[in-house]
Amino acid sequence: MQIIFDHINYVYNPGTAFERHAIKDINFTINKGEFIGLIGHTGSGKSTLIQHMNGLVKATSGHIYFNGEDIYEPKYSMKKLRSKVGLVFQYPEHQLFETTVFKDVMFGPTNLGLEKLVIEMRTYEALKMVGIGDDLLDASPFELSGGQKRRVAIAGVLAMKPEVLILDEPTAGLDPKGRDDILDQIALLHKESGITIILVTHSMEDVAKYADRLLVMNQGELVMSHTTKEVFSRYKELEDMQLAAPQVTYVMNALKEKGYAVPTDVTTIGEAQQEIVRLFGLTGKESTL
Amino acid sequence: MIRDITIGQYYPTNSIIHRLDPRVKLTGTFLYIVSLFLFDTFYGYIAVILFLFSMIKLSKVPFRFIMKGLKSIIVILLFMLFFNLFFTQGETELFKWGVIRITAEGLKSAGFMGIRLICLILGSSLMTLTTTPNQLTDGLERLLWPLRHIKVPVHEISMMMSIALRFIPILLEETDKIMRAQMARGADFESGGVLKRAKSLIPLLVPLFVSAFRRANDLAMAMEARCYRGGEGRTKMKPLKYWKRDYFGYLMLLIYIASVITVKVLEKTIL
Repeated sequence: MQIIFDHINYVYNPGTAFERHAIKDINFTINKGEFIGLIGHTGSGKSTLIQHMNGLVKATSGHIYFNGEDIYEPKYSMKKLRSKVGLVFQYPEHQLFETTVFKDVMFGPTNLGLEKLVIEMRTYEALKMVGIGDDLLDASPFELSGGQKRRVAIAGVLAMKPEVLILDEPTAGLDPKGRDDILDQIALLHKESGITIILVTHSMEDVAKYADRLLVMNQGELVMSHTTKEVFSRYKELEDMQLAAPQVTYVMNALKEKGYAVPTDVTTIGEAQQEIVRLFGLTGKESTL
Repeated sequence: MIRDITIGQYYPTNSIIHRLDPRVKLTGTFLYIVSLFLFDTFYGYIAVILFLFSMIKLSKVPFRFIMKGLKSIIVILLFMLFFNLFFTQGETELFKWGVIRITAEGLKSAGFMGIRLICLILGSSLMTLTTTPNQLTDGLERLLWPLRHIKVPVHEISMMMSIALRFIPILLEETDKIMRAQMARGADFESGGVLKRAKSLIPLLVPLFVSAFRRANDLAMAMEARCYRGGEGRTKMKPLKYWKRDYFGYLMLLIYIASVITVKVLEKTIL
């Protein structure tokens, strides 16, 4: 187990009028190489939760273990933790500051105190991984499009070679093409390098397509931690938390209600297509899909 | 970390001080600050501190919360204490070691300056803690209104002030987020010498400025889109109106000023 959360609580501004119990008694484990989706309504505590993982927010009570070590031990190096657990925030505007894309991505590995050649190699590699071409290396990060900025921001964290990559809504505000491009790239990265991915998102379609397991947050509590299919099969509960299942799950449920023999645990368009084709096969009608 | 700054922040609760007309609070704060610098006697300060603490008590803002505002001035405070303590020319020598020389006069002036500065910060942060930025600028606009006869752009000034005040918490929050984003990339804002620390601020300041300009631009656009054209003929949604408690507030202020003056006069005549 790579990451263990043990009875984590977090209270904002304790003892004042602004006091808010943001994270309530959270326990879970994440294994190496998993692709985790973290979903929850706005204000459910997702962002606060992920900032615990690299020590930016310190829990009011509880313990967090990374690779078997308690990160709240006084001797534990937060800087090392942050290079192992890479966190990409939602807005790339919050981290881009250099004159060129290349220099900006160099910032992370430079902070690790590596040799210049190693830094440049890692920077180049990271930019390649997120699909930034050679023509953009010397461009100003402020001139890029929204999708490109996000890629550069992700590269800025990847260049530190983290073992865990946490992405806070990496696709918010992007057009459908930009969204698919980024997510496909992340999925490829996950497959090729075996890096653990934690994807925070509002899009149920995205987590259905990519995540193995879902963590569902509601009002500061972790209410579900199961496989993607299991979570979406409980879509009635999700709706009570102002979440939902992917559209296609609803389509399949509606078909089932109409009396068609389709499974209702379908979460992606691809699966639905197969099932419907199979159904047409069974009833002897010609497949038109 | 950065949110510890309480100056300019509003603390929402329901107290008599919160409900007072902003004009009373502005006048009160002004008179209070003047009184701080008019008096330099021991009993005078007791009166000033007593007044300040009863106001804090009445405002229902937790004492600890107000004290947090002092954290941000601790450097200035120490700096000032140092200069007053060691560089005041005085007669009565208390301590001498090489070039270091402490006199009774220096000690006295350092003590008074320290109390003054602390009272100044506590008093003015009490005002902003109990008054929303909107109320504050409304009050200021009304108080300065007569100045428009001598061509002072009162409305524009108060609008700029309210926008500036409105931007403080937004930019603080933004700074916090940027700091986190850079710390996630291994940035270190806390250790190292002066030069290294100043350099470490670049990754923080560049995104902050970019975002501040973008926000200002967006805001100007949104105001234009709603046909903002300055103060001429503009009416208020919530016009300020004095209530009984406000007259009572003015009365309390008068009593305060009178009592501080009495203390001063008495001290002069008796001692």
